Amino acid sequence: MGVRKKYLANVATLQYSSDKCTGCGRCVEVCPQGVFAMRDKRAAITDKDLCMECGACALNCEFGAITVNSGVGCAAAIINGMITGSEPSCGCGDTATGCCG
Amino acid sequence: MQTLKFVKKEVPPYVKGSVATPAGAVHRVASDWSRADTWGMIKSRIGAFRMNYSVTPGLYAVGDPTKDSDVFVTANYKLTFDTLRRELKDMNAWVLVLDTKSINVWCAAGKGTFGTDELIKRITEAKLDTVVAHRRLILPQLGAVGVNASAVQKKTGFRVSFGPVEARDIPAYVRAGYKKTPGMSLIRFSMLDRLILTPMEINPAMKKFPWVAAGILLVFGLQPSGLLFRPAWAGGLPFLVLALIAVLDGALLTPVLLPYVPFRSFAIKGWVVGVLSTFLAVQYMDIGSSNAQNMILLIVAYILFPALSSYIALQFTGSTTFTGMSGVKKELKIGIPLYIGAAGISLVLMIVFKLKEWGFVRNTLRT
Repeated sequence: MGVRKKYLANVATLQYSSDKCTGCGRCVEVCPQGVFAMRDKRAAITDKDLCMECGACALNCEFGAITVNSGVGCAAAIINGMITGSEPSCGCGDTATGCCG
Repeated sequence: MQTLKFVKKEVPPYVKGSVATPAGAVHRVASDWSRADTWGMIKSRIGAFRMNYSVTPGLYAVGDPTKDSDVFVTANYKLTFDTLRRELKDMNAWVLVLDTKSINVWCAAGKGTFGTDELIKRITEAKLDTVVAHRRLILPQLGAVGVNASAVQKKTGFRVSFGPVEARDIPAYVRAGYKKTPGMSLIRFSMLDRLILTPMEINPAMKKFPWVAAGILLVFGLQPSGLLFRPAWAGGLPFLVLALIAVLDGALLTPVLLPYVPFRSFAIKGWVVGVLSTFLAVQYMDIGSSNAQNMILLIVAYILFPALSSYIALQFTGSTTFTGMSGVKKELKIGIPLYIGAAGISLVLMIVFKLKEWGFVRNTLRT
């Protein structure tokens, strides 16, 4: 297995419309999984299954070319969210949960 | 008397003097770690006080920075701050520490405390525009989850560059003219990285272990004549050992061997490791011999402990660098009913086991 590790296939909610891309390269700069690469002065998705939905690209794309349903990929947080009916959120900082390295 | 504001009664030991700036005196920090810093790192890794290991937010100096020196932005989790100042050794730079409630950059960015508003606030409070003549900031790449670079530039005039993921790549990044190699942008998640995280998986699980142990001993010790120690210990011991193994399977073995365990699903990875180690463990134990009562225990062992390992392994998704929310939700949607089912079936089988043990039910399960 290479440097980049993949999680489940076909679940990532990443959406990219290349017609809005201006080729600034911000998405390539911020993605820690190498999902984006520059091809012909525009960003292109290399492998969507690498996406972990952190949301850095969508937040930093000035041109609204990227959307992703981002959130914490932490089982404890999601279970908490299911029980309390709220958005999953890490317990870090509030209580002594083990979440977040 | 402007500088007095910065001089607190207790100056942290890593502060070595100060640097005068138009915005007042700025604490200079050492790049070398003291023994206390190393001990603090070890303690926070094992979870002794990680939730309150912090640095006062604000501007700091490394070396002898001038108005042209780079500004690095970081979180106020002390381990994060310590790592950055260590990697900036022999450089002259400014370090702007955001108030992330003593949480590391990535998690804080996910929460929004390492965020656009906090960065703008700290730039303003530190009067950074008077301290430096340029308008550049270097942020850790993982901070991009919480910081909108273009919004920061519109509000403050500072242009954000997202530097390497790892602080150790900063010197090479600066030398290359603020260019990242592709490797500097990717998160590595080596076996050592994963091993370092496992105490924080094992600790919470082990905190619940006394309850599991009490439950197991109670089930085996409960006899028509009362709660007896000898059957509790003799019958319960193999299950105690199996439960302990399941915890280590999910919290230690699966995370460390992560890429080598087949399947992408963490629940399945944990289950596979759980089944294999349960299989190995029962070879050395006094359960699973031909007698039907023991057969029930063996079935319970194979249902319960791999499920426990699987559930604990699934918790590791919170610590990995590559799992996303949609995937974890999918795993939980399928997994939770199975876990509840496994617990339910085990409970029913244990009741049957106890009834047979007490002689209320004849051996009808013999095949």
